[in-house]
Amino acid sequence: MSTQKLKEIITKVLPDVETVICWQEGFDKLNVTPIFITSPEQVEKVVWNAACAQNLASYLPSQKKKVAVVVKGCDSRTVIQYMQEGLIDKDNVVVIGMPCKGIISKKKVQKAINNEPVEEVTYTDDSIKVKTPSGEKTIAIKDVWPSKCATCQYPTPIIADHLAADAIQSDKPADSVYADIAELEAKTLEERWAYFSSQFDKCIRCYACRNACPMCVCQDSCIAETRDPHWITQRMNFDEKLMFHMIHSLHLAGRCVECGECERVCPMEIPVAKLKKKINKEMKELFDYTPGVNPEDKPPMFVFNVDEAKIKEHKL
Amino acid sequence: MADKGYLPKEKIKEFVEALGKDAAVYAPSLEGDTIIFRQYSPDKEIALDRPANTPPKGAIYPQSETLFSFEFKKDQATPQKMDVELKADLDFPKAVVFGGRPCDARGFTVIDRVFINPEASDPYYERRRENTTIITKCCNGPYAGCFCVGVGGGPASREGSDVVMTEVDGGYYMEAVTDKGKAAMSLPMVQDGASYEAKAKEANDRATAAVRNPFAQSAEKVNAELFDSADFWDKVIAKCVSCGACTFLCPTCYCFNITDEQGIMTGERVRSWDSCMFQHFTLETSGHNPRPIKNKRFRNRVGHKFYYYPEKYEGAIACTGCGRCIRYCPVSVDISEIVGYLRDPKADPAQWAAEKKDAKN
Repeated sequence: MSTQKLKEIITKVLPDVETVICWQEGFDKLNVTPIFITSPEQVEKVVWNAACAQNLASYLPSQKKKVAVVVKGCDSRTVIQYMQEGLIDKDNVVVIGMPCKGIISKKKVQKAINNEPVEEVTYTDDSIKVKTPSGEKTIAIKDVWPSKCATCQYPTPIIADHLAADAIQSDKPADSVYADIAELEAKTLEERWAYFSSQFDKCIRCYACRNACPMCVCQDSCIAETRDPHWITQRMNFDEKLMFHMIHSLHLAGRCVECGECERVCPMEIPVAKLKKKINKEMKELFDYTPGVNPEDKPPMFVFNVDEAKIKEHKL
Repeated sequence: MADKGYLPKEKIKEFVEALGKDAAVYAPSLEGDTIIFRQYSPDKEIALDRPANTPPKGAIYPQSETLFSFEFKKDQATPQKMDVELKADLDFPKAVVFGGRPCDARGFTVIDRVFINPEASDPYYERRRENTTIITKCCNGPYAGCFCVGVGGGPASREGSDVVMTEVDGGYYMEAVTDKGKAAMSLPMVQDGASYEAKAKEANDRATAAVRNPFAQSAEKVNAELFDSADFWDKVIAKCVSCGACTFLCPTCYCFNITDEQGIMTGERVRSWDSCMFQHFTLETSGHNPRPIKNKRFRNRVGHKFYYYPEKYEGAIACTGCGRCIRYCPVSVDISEIVGYLRDPKADPAQWAAEKKDAKN
């Protein structure tokens, strides 16, 4: 239903833009991949299903002409954050919103089907049916969704010029968003260190998390590779890996839109979003700021106030 | 020494520990949901039921290694004079790569042609390679994205391996490929395996038939005209995010960077894997960059594996079809699809310049 509506909107928008960025089927039925639509013949390839996990808004700052992009609710926060930071000109972007009840984590699905090759996948509103050489299995989307869906506050895009389906209200409690972080905070320092060191030790420094991150703006001048400054060596040891991830996280303080791309793309299955979420929680508590929800907001690290309501040191 | 053996599954740990008596054994170990090749220790859980997230390449060709260390020394009598002392350690212990897949083992043969040859051998790689025994587990079937049969390999290929093992009847039928392999199979937990040979062959044939060949209908050679078309590359890799996942997970990528990681008076010259997908890869000291955009960089990656390398090494392809670059790509770029376009006998660059042509993936 909504796929048809989406195709209609794309067809309508296409004459006014250079490209429409959407999803199409990937190398198997469990994977979708971006499509850059420039002509009406391509619209037929558009897909919308629970596999459409990638945050396509990430491509916006690199586009040179007017484009349209299809976003889910979570992805729309990227568009707003770009507007706040002046990384895009909204006049050059048409946002097509896709209300979403939850997507799948490919890694969780693969685990559920014992990593067998996928022959066919049928998507319905709240489940997927996966066919593998050993048979068919129906999996509820909520059993294999990434953690961000479990606490999703924005199922409907916050900003959209067109909506491809009826708006959906979130049924998840707002205080559940940082429940996983509160759980981590409750652990002892030693436990947290053991957890993070075992995780980051798996890093292969491929920088998929960095390159897939919509808010990583240093691009080719990232300290992970620069020799000047020479903050991180090219040695493949834990300290260097951790240093990179710490810097990545700190650069996202009050900017991370929690789209989860860093974690989705990690080939080593490291929960890289956790550190970023922890910092976001701190920023929320300190500055009462949520990234990517209001285009008029200013990210707290972009402004300097002599007095900050919640920072006591300034009131000496 | 028998060249046909059988190892029951419950003896795997014992076998690996026996191999580890006089060698460092690298085995796929389960960490959370990730399988990584690590040096075996009894606290590690060996995982053989699916290919590891990473290839075992690093066991012979480490992601970073010290070529030599250096120390600056001041002469007390003449303070203007500074000496530098170099130290290199090429004394590598014996090693075993256990439980890689045939595509992983074939990966070493791709690196061998470059790093071990009469013109210029790399002593670090060469010595580690000589000291390493490779015991490979054949695949029961394909995994997402993989296509070994399309690049001259197969789920039971022996190329690069010293021993190949096939899962049969609650254990593994083992076959020695080299003398090194025979030596490894002389350990007492390996039983006689001749009676399993027919069953193993059947399993291997079944697996081979199940693997996709993306190039079944195409020419062997890359269409040079399409390869040089900027429109083609613009369209097939518009979605690429320029990370290094594909190259760092590749069993055949061997390009490296060399950096001096230096303190004040001491330091090390380090060789580390580089990725042609990174902007810095071809950045020259002058500031000039011959591959300034991702389109050119991606073209190089595909060209190196399927065009330049085969030209230099008698048709050998520098890809073993392990599928990791497809499986783990953040945006599902499919190299087999791209090579398929390039090898299409009817490939027409003009078509790619036309607006409506677009890569499926």
